[in-house]
Amino acid sequence: MRLLESFAARSPLSQALPASARPPLAQGPERGAGATPAPDAAADAPLCVRGLTVAYGGKPAVFGVDATLPAGSMTAIVGPNGAGKSTFLKGALGVIPRVAGEATVFGKPFARARHRVAYVPQRASVDWDFPALAEDVVMMGLYPRMGLFRLPGRRHRETARACLARVGMEAFAERQIGQLSGGQQQRVFLARALAQDADLYLLDEPFAGVDAATETVLVSVLQSLRDAGRTVACVHHDLSTVAAYFDRVLLLNGARIAEGPVAETFTEANLQAAYGGRLATAGLAAPGAIPATPAGSPPAPPPGAAAR
Amino acid sequence: MIEEILSPEFVMISLPPMLVGLLACLACALPGNFLLLRRQALIGDAISHVALPGIVLAFLLTGTVAAWPMLLGAGAAALVAVALIEAVRRLGRIESGAAMGVVFTALFAAGVLLLERSDASSVHLDVQHALYGNLESLIWFDAMGWGSLLDPAALATLPEAAPRLAVVLVAIALLTRLFWKELALTTFDPAHASAIGLPTGLIGAGLAAATAVAAVAAFDAVGSIIVIAMFVCPPAAARLMTDRLGRQVAWSLVFAAISAIGGYVLAGYGPGWFGRPDAVSAAGMIAVVAGAILAAACLAGPRRRRAGATAA
Repeated sequence: MRLLESFAARSPLSQALPASARPPLAQGPERGAGATPAPDAAADAPLCVRGLTVAYGGKPAVFGVDATLPAGSMTAIVGPNGAGKSTFLKGALGVIPRVAGEATVFGKPFARARHRVAYVPQRASVDWDFPALAEDVVMMGLYPRMGLFRLPGRRHRETARACLARVGMEAFAERQIGQLSGGQQQRVFLARALAQDADLYLLDEPFAGVDAATETVLVSVLQSLRDAGRTVACVHHDLSTVAAYFDRVLLLNGARIAEGPVAETFTEANLQAAYGGRLATAGLAAPGAIPATPAGSPPAPPPGAAAR
Repeated sequence: MIEEILSPEFVMISLPPMLVGLLACLACALPGNFLLLRRQALIGDAISHVALPGIVLAFLLTGTVAAWPMLLGAGAAALVAVALIEAVRRLGRIESGAAMGVVFTALFAAGVLLLERSDASSVHLDVQHALYGNLESLIWFDAMGWGSLLDPAALATLPEAAPRLAVVLVAIALLTRLFWKELALTTFDPAHASAIGLPTGLIGAGLAAATAVAAVAAFDAVGSIIVIAMFVCPPAAARLMTDRLGRQVAWSLVFAAISAIGGYVLAGYGPGWFGRPDAVSAAGMIAVVAGAILAAACLAGPRRRRAGATAA
């Protein structure tokens, strides 16, 4: 079965590339280019969504959304509450049924390429009282590669611990997950995604309710993935960190408002279109003007971010 | 006591109900672990109630208490119940837990009425047996002593419930082992499981089906009290003993076994120790022991935590 496909050769450890190993900007098919990629570039894109429509109980939550995530990019999925950001991810992955539209992953239907995707649901979506240690949860990321009927062994445990070490959680490997703080739980979730050794990482609100130290770790790990040529997209709430953390942005409000590089897309006009009058409180200082911060030294989160 | 255990009477009269009780308790406790963690423990409760009208109808239609018509009847009743629960939930706009509660108590009551109207008491089909089962009536007539366990001819006359439950237990244990990763992952994080391509709906349905098979196979031997208790008590007590899924399942089986054996012994011999001549219901006592184990685990289990207590 597809779960056994051939990527055992690639160790998750090989992903932790230093910032100096960052590929040149031109390597990504779209980096620095216009907002809309050429159709042929989109065909093989890590994620290409066309006309995605998802409804809950007859009421559409997301309608007709087109989006293309280019390789080696890091995209913030931004929009007001109820804009369908999480629904967009779940619909693209087929976790919830679509009313219309299609999604391809690296040019293939999602079902044939899902081994290249790591999806991190919202932290609140699981029961943390489940009887599992941190390393048990990380090992779940290895399940697709283990094959049917096999149980995890010592080698899988070692891989899981290496992934926990990458998010600074090696000391908590044998802690029951319910005894971890919210930020630590989010790091365990990221470690599980690292264990999946995917090419496309889709995270649903990874920064929600985490402490400042965790936010720093998450950003630097995700940016190092991007710098190694992987593709990252996060549902994100904190507009003040979009420009610092991400290089692309997808603005949603039921429909797609705008998509493209932060400098061109994360503009006052687009934000007004997405948020309407609610933007006044976001405290945005000329969004397009914020320079992207180099990977490895993410800025301190803004005041109040840790208290959320 | 040792003499008593070695006697042929023990093998003939006490061993079969102990064995059947043990197998039934293990078969119910095993899927109960996953039901508990999915917060679906009510499903075991619902299925074991709903089985009654199905079994009575199967008896009325076929006139026998053979295993297969009973299983089919109970299975059909379970499907009807699922449809009814969904209908009540949608048409009445009632929350699903309440819809389940309404449907399974109503169906159980209908089963009781059917039982009263039909003359099935001669075949151990009456309200009392639906609740307590008929553990005490399981007698191995051909047993001559422990040696009979090695005698195929004598083994063939073991009460039918024993081999039936053994097959069910082995099947459930095998399926649990084979799909361990899938059961664990779909229970802990269904969204992630579905994203990596696991058929979460199918696995959930498979778990419900295994639950139904265990409940129905155990029902006519041990009654609904044990079935309901075993789906919940041993797994809940086991959760308080450990923070790892594998160990929780192992503990739940140990607790189920202690409940089955201890409950039977206490029911059969316990009153004698207090100078009372008559035994009490084994099924009732097994469920009481299971409840006592849960209470002890709540008070002294190493992993107990107050509900609502937050992580450090």
